[in-house]
Amino acid sequence: MSAAGGGIVTRLAPSVAAAVSIAAFLVLWEAVSKAGLISDQDLPAMTTTFREFWSMMHTHQFWAAFARTVRGWAFGLGLATVLAVPLGILLGSSEFAGRAFRVPIEFLRPIPSAALIPLLFLTLGTTLKSEIFLATFGAFWPLLVQTIYGVRDVDPIAIDTARSFGVGRLERLYRVKLPSAVPYIATGLRISSAVALILAFTAELFMGIPGLGQTMNVAESFGLTAQVYALALATGFLGLGIYVVFSALERRALRWHPSQRLAGA
Amino acid sequence: MSGRAYRSAAIAAEIAVPLAILVAWQVWTVHANDPLFPRLSTILVQFREMWLFSQFELHVVPSLTRIGAGFAIAVVLGILLGVPLGLSRWGRLLAMPHVEWWRAMPPPALLPISVALLHSIGNRQKISFIAFFCLFPILLNTIDGVRGIDPTFIETARSYGVRRLERICRIVLPAALPQIFAGMRTSLSLAVIMMVLTEYFSSTSGVGYVLLISKNTFQLAPMWAAIVLIGVLGYVLNLLLILLERRVLSWHRGWRAAEAQ
Repeated sequence: MSAAGGGIVTRLAPSVAAAVSIAAFLVLWEAVSKAGLISDQDLPAMTTTFREFWSMMHTHQFWAAFARTVRGWAFGLGLATVLAVPLGILLGSSEFAGRAFRVPIEFLRPIPSAALIPLLFLTLGTTLKSEIFLATFGAFWPLLVQTIYGVRDVDPIAIDTARSFGVGRLERLYRVKLPSAVPYIATGLRISSAVALILAFTAELFMGIPGLGQTMNVAESFGLTAQVYALALATGFLGLGIYVVFSALERRALRWHPSQRLAGA
Repeated sequence: MSGRAYRSAAIAAEIAVPLAILVAWQVWTVHANDPLFPRLSTILVQFREMWLFSQFELHVVPSLTRIGAGFAIAVVLGILLGVPLGLSRWGRLLAMPHVEWWRAMPPPALLPISVALLHSIGNRQKISFIAFFCLFPILLNTIDGVRGIDPTFIETARSYGVRRLERICRIVLPAALPQIFAGMRTSLSLAVIMMVLTEYFSSTSGVGYVLLISKNTFQLAPMWAAIVLIGVLGYVLNLLLILLERRVLSWHRGWRAAEAQ
């Protein structure tokens, strides 16, 4: 990398540029609101929003709601992983099974899980179960598809080599197929972790299941705009945190993969 | 089993399994006799009555308009912003913090804010909302696609005196197109989800609105018909984009196949 060889200026430039850019956005936000271009009923000033965010962080209710959203997200993502990865391995390693379920998967995958909210209202009701179901359903498909791709993309020479060395079917699965599918599964996890959060929040917002989404719905109906903005900020930070963690995981999983060896060299 | 027998069995399964699922659905709903799960045949009759085509203009056209307009704006903006950002390191350094933030933001968290900021629960708010969140996958893929171009292509064109705008239209855009299409596919399925969410949050028309109203009035067959329609919309739109991609990128696939040989 050129940055490693360059001076301190080159090395610091990205962080400085990012800081300047973010600061400019925040100042612009403050100016637009303070100048009255948009009324503060619709867009509270940046300082007002952050003050609200700060005081919200000191309340028990906020952290309770935050924990509930994280719980719905974690259960949804966990359940989706437990279901999608084994199923994906099965459908990916058997051509027969893969073809048999191709059409149902192709058809179910693009169905927006948000369309299932009315049905969940009437069946599971406004409970944590509904939230977990929705998050699981949404997170399931990207993981399933990525796992199938990953297992199919195994180097056939590696499989044949293992077979000619007398490695059994089951051992081939977890010594050869699974490791080389791991980068795909990691990508699926990154996508699904974002989807699960979106759906956990959606369930709370529309179904009144306790969590950040429901808190935002209540704040909105009372016209507490600053609180709505502060909650959006909190949800954004949660989304960003999940994204950072899971894309770091993805990079780790990819490190030894042949596609990365050239780039690293 | 011989290769040929195996292949025909696989094809038979490919046809039989979806049919079996539909039959199982019908049998189960007849057997369960649960008002929450009307018979598949009832849902399909309801589907035909509502969507083919008595309420098509009233509710499906508005939804399709919102998806179409929002997606189109996202494609145009994504390419217009993505190409210069892909070519300029400083542009990327300044823009990426914002792009990363908004792409990580769960969209429903901005629904109340979009209504407040745009003073609208009509098409203005719905189209802007769809366009905003569809923008990021296209933008990120365009940036990546442009960055991945072999610099010698651009240098060669420059040394032959090809002007900047022509270089972008003749070299940069075509080379980035496969990746732009990958972003468009993600965005299109996102557009359908955003359509449902915005029509669900506050609306007076659209498929999401019908879904909500049918649920509130316990009209279960119409509710199921709306769910099925949203599924069909998602599937068909995705299919149309794939067909368009094959057409537009036929040169690219051919080139890759030729190179592989």
